[in-house]
Amino acid sequence: MEELLKILKEIHSDVDYETCTTLIDDGILDSFDIISIITEVSSEFDVQIPANEIVPENFNSAEALWKLIERLEDE
Amino acid sequence: MSFVSLGFLAFLAVLMLLYYTVPKRGQWILLLAGSVFFYAFAGWSSLIFITVTALSTYFAGIYIGKLASARDAYLKGEGKELDKEAKKAYKAKVKKRTYLIMSLCLILNLGMLAVIKYTDFGISIINGIFKTNIGFLRFALPMGISFYIFQSMGYIIDVYRGKYAPEKNVARFCLFVSFFPQLLQGPISRFDELSKTLYGPHDFDWDKFARGAWRVAWGFFKKMIIADRMITAVIKLSGSPDQYKGVYVVALVLFYAIELYADFTGGIDITIGVAEMLGIQVAENFDRPFFSLNITEYWRRWHITMGTWFKDYIFYPLSVSPKMLKISKWSREKLGNAIGKRVPVYLSTIIVWFATGLWHGAAWNFIVWGLLNCLVIIISQELSPLYGKFHKRFGFSNTKGYNVFQMFRTFWLMGFIRVLDVYRDVPGTFKQVGTIFTTANWGDLFNGSFLELGLGRQDFIVVLIGCGIMLTVSILQNKGQVRDNILLKRPVAIRLAMFALIVLLIAVFGAYGIGYDAGAFIYGQF
Repeated sequence: MEELLKILKEIHSDVDYETCTTLIDDGILDSFDIISIITEVSSEFDVQIPANEIVPENFNSAEALWKLIERLEDE
Repeated sequence: MSFVSLGFLAFLAVLMLLYYTVPKRGQWILLLAGSVFFYAFAGWSSLIFITVTALSTYFAGIYIGKLASARDAYLKGEGKELDKEAKKAYKAKVKKRTYLIMSLCLILNLGMLAVIKYTDFGISIINGIFKTNIGFLRFALPMGISFYIFQSMGYIIDVYRGKYAPEKNVARFCLFVSFFPQLLQGPISRFDELSKTLYGPHDFDWDKFARGAWRVAWGFFKKMIIADRMITAVIKLSGSPDQYKGVYVVALVLFYAIELYADFTGGIDITIGVAEMLGIQVAENFDRPFFSLNITEYWRRWHITMGTWFKDYIFYPLSVSPKMLKISKWSREKLGNAIGKRVPVYLSTIIVWFATGLWHGAAWNFIVWGLLNCLVIIISQELSPLYGKFHKRFGFSNTKGYNVFQMFRTFWLMGFIRVLDVYRDVPGTFKQVGTIFTTANWGDLFNGSFLELGLGRQDFIVVLIGCGIMLTVSILQNKGQVRDNILLKRPVAIRLAMFALIVLLIAVFGAYGIGYDAGAFIYGQF
């Protein structure tokens, strides 16, 4: 989780990722940010996030994104 | 059959009457019959193309669904005891087959679109490069083909991704592809959204019906009073570029922005309104785009369903594809982290905007239009930290005045890119825009020259008042739907009187006359 928070902080340093649960709904992350995150995640965690997983529920919070990474690692 | 015709109104009246009379389980069948009837007006040959798309997508969806069900059943039954790696290998094997079926469906349909829409463009490029003289094939573009093929391709990709199960009933699926209000110019609906209300049953609800009728009337108001009036001046200004330079180019940017907005949003209002009258919810395609503060926001609010289609089915898959991630990794190693992490995003953005331009039309002006949009978006993205610092330093980023300036800037920036549509000549467009700085004819604004563009003084007054009404409605929409907040809260007698008034206004001030083509919705040609 620490590594993920570090990646997210690099995208927007002023966001409190530990409490924010509306990263997509409130337009904090745009499509450019999402791709940057996925690219970083793929090199950091050796997991590929497919396009069909790019839905608000998976990106609205750091925790949701972390759960997605864990799920994909398990598959 | 054009929306703006008595024939369409008669068709609609008969359809509505039957729709709320037949047994409810037959409503969607009636809609399918109505859609086929509507489409047949565009020519029987057009029906062949839409049938090929509907049936090929339907059967591909069914096949993918069967493979997916068999996979799930196997993994729950016989394959339950397999180890993780074996399960993974089995899933990959099935995925390969479903991918093949989806790909064949995409190739067939997008290939059909490419042949019909882009063959002549390809021939013109070959003729230009190799100095050959190959004749053009001049295929007639079937009505709405870009819209229904994209809608169907969205469906098959979603089924492949397992987002939802395929529709089992072929007739129901055909209605999804051919639902008549959205055949002409979209929106590009998603199956999981549209199917919630498309198949009914629907009881007649006076309030819902009235809401829909208001929206239809509002669409006709924009289309007939504003767009079809402005088109005369737009054609004249863009048709004689040597004659109309300088201030006329600025006027063309403004006039075309008004015309396109009134035309496209008016058409979509009619589509959504007709669907509402039938009790069906169609996706919104606009969110007052001229209030956007920047071009990225503009594209989130203009032609929304096309933007999200390109984002979900091209931009994201491309950006996160293994090949793109490899490119990203390579560019990080070779070019450094800062540039490397931008590569997949910007490369995908360029490809998507190239495709968006091409989707709009088989011509260089559309491709350059797409790439210019892309360039502005990338520059904005790169400059955003600088803007942030600038705004923080001077502290006016959220003031109303600055927001108005941003809207004004976005409106004109988009307007200047958009005139590529009307000049249809890339060097010619740049040359014309250049004349703004070299031709001193601003005095023509006041000497009556603008009254020689095919619009009289009264026409300009009507357009001005019409635009004032559109602007007022857009501002009122800040607090929700005008229909709900203002119109539908009045007593029935007042509501009827107001509706009669808008119909009367359309009848009296709608543009008819020489050169007027009621069928010509701008987005219908795409």
